[in-house]
Amino acid sequence: MAVKQISVFIQNKKGRLAKVSRLLADNDIYIRALSIADTQDFGILRLICEDVDNVNSVLKEAGYLTTITDVLVAAVKDDAGALAIIAEALRDADISIEYIYELATVDNIVYLVVRVDDNKIAAAALAGAGIKIANEDEIFKL
Amino acid sequence: MSKYYQPEIETASVEELKALQSEKLVKQVKHVYENVKYYRDMMDEKGVTPDDIKSIDDLHKLPFLTKADLRDAYPYGLLGTDLKNCVRIQSTSGTTGRRVVAFYTQKDVDLWEDCCARAIVAAGGTNGDVCQVAYGYGLFTGGPGLNGGSHKVGCLTLPMSSGNTERQIQFMQDLHSTIICCTPSYAAYIGETLKEMGLTPDDIDLKAGIFGAEPWTEEMRRDIEKSLGIKAYDIYGLTETSGPGVSFECEEQTGMHINEDHFLAEIIDPETGEVLPEGSKGELVFTSLDKEAFPLLRYRTRDICVLSRKKCSCGRTFIKMTKPMGRSDDMLIIRGVNVFPSQIETVLIKEGYTSNYLIEVDRERNTDTLDVYVELTPEQFSDTVKEISAREKSLANAIKIMLGINPKVHLVAPKTITRSEGKAVRVIDKRKLHD
Repeated sequence: MAVKQISVFIQNKKGRLAKVSRLLADNDIYIRALSIADTQDFGILRLICEDVDNVNSVLKEAGYLTTITDVLVAAVKDDAGALAIIAEALRDADISIEYIYELATVDNIVYLVVRVDDNKIAAAALAGAGIKIANEDEIFKL
Repeated sequence: MSKYYQPEIETASVEELKALQSEKLVKQVKHVYENVKYYRDMMDEKGVTPDDIKSIDDLHKLPFLTKADLRDAYPYGLLGTDLKNCVRIQSTSGTTGRRVVAFYTQKDVDLWEDCCARAIVAAGGTNGDVCQVAYGYGLFTGGPGLNGGSHKVGCLTLPMSSGNTERQIQFMQDLHSTIICCTPSYAAYIGETLKEMGLTPDDIDLKAGIFGAEPWTEEMRRDIEKSLGIKAYDIYGLTETSGPGVSFECEEQTGMHINEDHFLAEIIDPETGEVLPEGSKGELVFTSLDKEAFPLLRYRTRDICVLSRKKCSCGRTFIKMTKPMGRSDDMLIIRGVNVFPSQIETVLIKEGYTSNYLIEVDRERNTDTLDVYVELTPEQFSDTVKEISAREKSLANAIKIMLGINPKVHLVAPKTITRSEGKAVRVIDKRKLHD
């Protein structure tokens, strides 16, 4: 049900993103989706890739700080209100969203990566609201 | 009123002064040997007895005291009299084992206040002056020392303590303060605030300022003098030896006269401990001459400076010391607080970080800034900014509890702090504190 996401710590300095993305490119790593959170000092690059373990060892070998987190991918109809449906379902179940970003939009369906504290409760809340949860097999076939 | 607070001693001949010092030293060494077991053991180990000390020429026979001794002996180990005879303590701001607590009998307080009174009179103070003391009050020696000195001179004393700058300026205007005592960085800040309030030096009556407790430059002196319309005088001291007033500047502004009837000064080579001749640059060492509660013999200040007995136009014969030109240890003075990098390291390790860190000190708008760069470990990394920011805040708070000053903590990626061969560079001090 949950999808593995890899996060990388990068200094918020010129050229750092270029350096890490070149490393991924040189290792033939395809980025399915990404988001970056940043502060004045640092940024967290979050990636959805196939074979997370391999990506992790490539990054670690190059000296990067990484962490692997389970996230949910919610699939809803790509209409106005798509985000509202998800956010409201989670709010109604008293679940806080850490962050959310778009993975892809295919065949009028938008796939959103949702990071919450407890994936089980969140998945149940989303399912209860009639929202489909996509698994890894599905998203890498998109 | 005289231009000296205690003219007989402040202008005594060097011969008289040295005779007085010798007489006092013999008594002080005897007092310490009889009452301070810690130092008696040190003397016994070195094979020196009080009988070996017949004049100041024998001073070199005595062992050195260091800050480490003060730590080992904390709190009562260097006490020279029964606690019943003590009336006061003052302390450095450090909240660690590095804290220094000094004890005073009433006589010690009196002599300390005399030293501060000499500094105020040297800055032109008389009983007609209104002296605004904007040093912090409390355990810190700055406020209580200058407050006492101001009373002795007979100034109308405004015990303002530091902070609330607009109110400081209002009092200055309403009560016509003529002398201000505070840290140089706070004086600069008062100057800026005055300007921001749309006022000029003509709107206040200040004529002199007595500034100490932290390093400052000639450039800063000129800025302060201009922004407040005053003459700015330097004052030096350390909690270990009583507080401010160990030495003070006169109108010549070319170094600080050491109150030699109370403190015997030496310059040594910090590496070998060898006493250096007058005019050499080295570490300043003080021996108290008439302390009852907290007598210190040959206390190594770690401040690097030069002594000179060149004739001074003010008429004082006390030897002069330059502003400290640096330290023979790694202590930093940040916002008037003594900071050792090792204190920060202790917090880092306790909080689960590595000992690979970098401290950056700078000065923005005359206020010291402290930035601490620390490497994040893999276990501490999280995919949410919230968690990493919370870590930064919690570490900053732990450092604040240790030092008493607020740092800005930056968590950085592993191996991004330069590792050097041999001695690691842990501190970058960007302030230009020494000319």
